[in-house]
Amino acid sequence: MLDCAIIGGGPAGLTAGLYTTRGGLKNVVMYEMGLPGGQITGSSEIENYPGVTGEITGMDLMAPWPEQCMRFGLKHEMVQVERVSRKTDGTFVVSRSDGEADEALSVIVCTGSTPKRAGFKGEDEFFGRGVSTCATCDGFFYKDKEVAVIGGGDTALEEALYLSKICSKVYLIHRRDTFRAAPSTVERVMKTENIEKITNSQVTEVYGDAMGVTGVRIEDCSESRTWDLTVPGIFTFVGYNVNNTVLRQEDESWLCDLNDWGQVIVDLGMRTSTPGLFAAGDLRIEAPKQVICAAGDGATAALQTIAYVDEKQNG
Amino acid sequence: MGKYVELTAATFEETIKEGVTLVDFWAPWCGPCRMIAPVIEELAEEYEGKATIAKVNTDEEQDIAVKFGIRSIPTVMIFKDGEVVDQMIGAASKQAFEEKINAQL
Repeated sequence: MLDCAIIGGGPAGLTAGLYTTRGGLKNVVMYEMGLPGGQITGSSEIENYPGVTGEITGMDLMAPWPEQCMRFGLKHEMVQVERVSRKTDGTFVVSRSDGEADEALSVIVCTGSTPKRAGFKGEDEFFGRGVSTCATCDGFFYKDKEVAVIGGGDTALEEALYLSKICSKVYLIHRRDTFRAAPSTVERVMKTENIEKITNSQVTEVYGDAMGVTGVRIEDCSESRTWDLTVPGIFTFVGYNVNNTVLRQEDESWLCDLNDWGQVIVDLGMRTSTPGLFAAGDLRIEAPKQVICAAGDGATAALQTIAYVDEKQNG
Repeated sequence: MGKYVELTAATFEETIKEGVTLVDFWAPWCGPCRMIAPVIEELAEEYEGKATIAKVNTDEEQDIAVKFGIRSIPTVMIFKDGEVVDQMIGAASKQAFEEKINAQL
C-alpha cells in the first residue's frame, strides 16, 4: 500500500512529490509516462518564475526538479494511469496502462491540461502536418517561412514573439480587437516588425496537400468577408482542456465533484469532495495556469496529504 | 543491453530496409521529445533482437526530416522492410508505442 500516489509529473506533481517525501511519507510514487517536467517544457521563455532571472526556457526551468524530488525518496513509475478509483474502505486503486494496479492511502491528481483545438475545418486532419500547438518544437521547420498564430492570450503572444525570430513573418490572428496578454508582452508584439496583427478575424479552414498545410481561410468578423493566407504552418494557442479522465469511473460517474468545465472542485487545502483525494495545478477550479501556482498547489496538497495519512495511520 | 541506433543520412536506408524499425524524429530543443527519450531507451532494451529502435536528430539530419515531410516533433514512424507502415505525432506512453511495434511483428 502506497502512502501517496501522485498522478502526473509537471510542476504540481513534482512539488507534491518533494513535499510529501521530505515531509516524511515513505511510499510515494509519481506516475508520469515519460520524463517529468510537464507542459511548461514546451514554453520558449519564462520571465515570471520568482528568483529565476534572464532568458530561460521551460525545459531549462524544469530540468533540475526531478532530481531534487528523487533525493528524498520519491519514486517515478513511467506508465500512464488509466483510472483512480476508491474502495469501500476509503483506500484508492490506481489502474495503470500496463494492466497492473497499485493501492494507495491517498492520491494527489496533477494531470494538468492539454492545448485546446481551435475548431476550424481541417485542424485534425493536418495536426502535426502544419498545424501545431508547440512553437519551440516545430518553429524550426518553418525557418524563413511565413506562419500564422491563432490566439490573443499570453501563450499566443509569447510564442508569436518566439516564432518571429525564426520565421520571415508571423500573422497573429485573433477574433477580438484587443489582446488579453500581459501589457509588456502586447507592447513587444506591437514593436515587432514582422508580426502582422489580424484582429476581429478567425480561421475557418486549413487546407493542404499530401505534404501538409499550404494555406488557411480567414473570416473577417466585422466585414463578413473571407480571404486566404498562403502559409505552410499554423500554430494554435486558444486555451486548454483539463485532463480529468483518470477520475472517470467505470459507471461513467466521477470520483469527486467537478464544475461545468470539468475542473476539479477543491478547497484552499486542495481537498476534493472525496476524502484522501487531492487535486493540484491546472486541472483544479480557478487555476491561474502558472508554474508558480501549480507548484504552490502541489506543496499545499502535499501538506494536507501528510496530515490525512498521519490521521489514517496513527489515528 | 539494447541501445537505440542514432541514424544519419548515410545509415538511414540501410537500417530501415529489413524488418521492423521504430524511428523517433526528435530535436534537443523539443520538450515532448525529451519527455519520451527514456521511453525510447526502454523500448530499445525490450525489443533487442526483435525490432530496431532508432532516432533521427532532425536538427542535424534535416534532409531525412524533409524527405519524410516532418513538420512536428516528436514524430514516431514505424517502418517495415523499408516502407512507412504507421506513424504517431506527439508524446505517448510506452504501451502505445509497444502496440504499434507489436502490430508489425
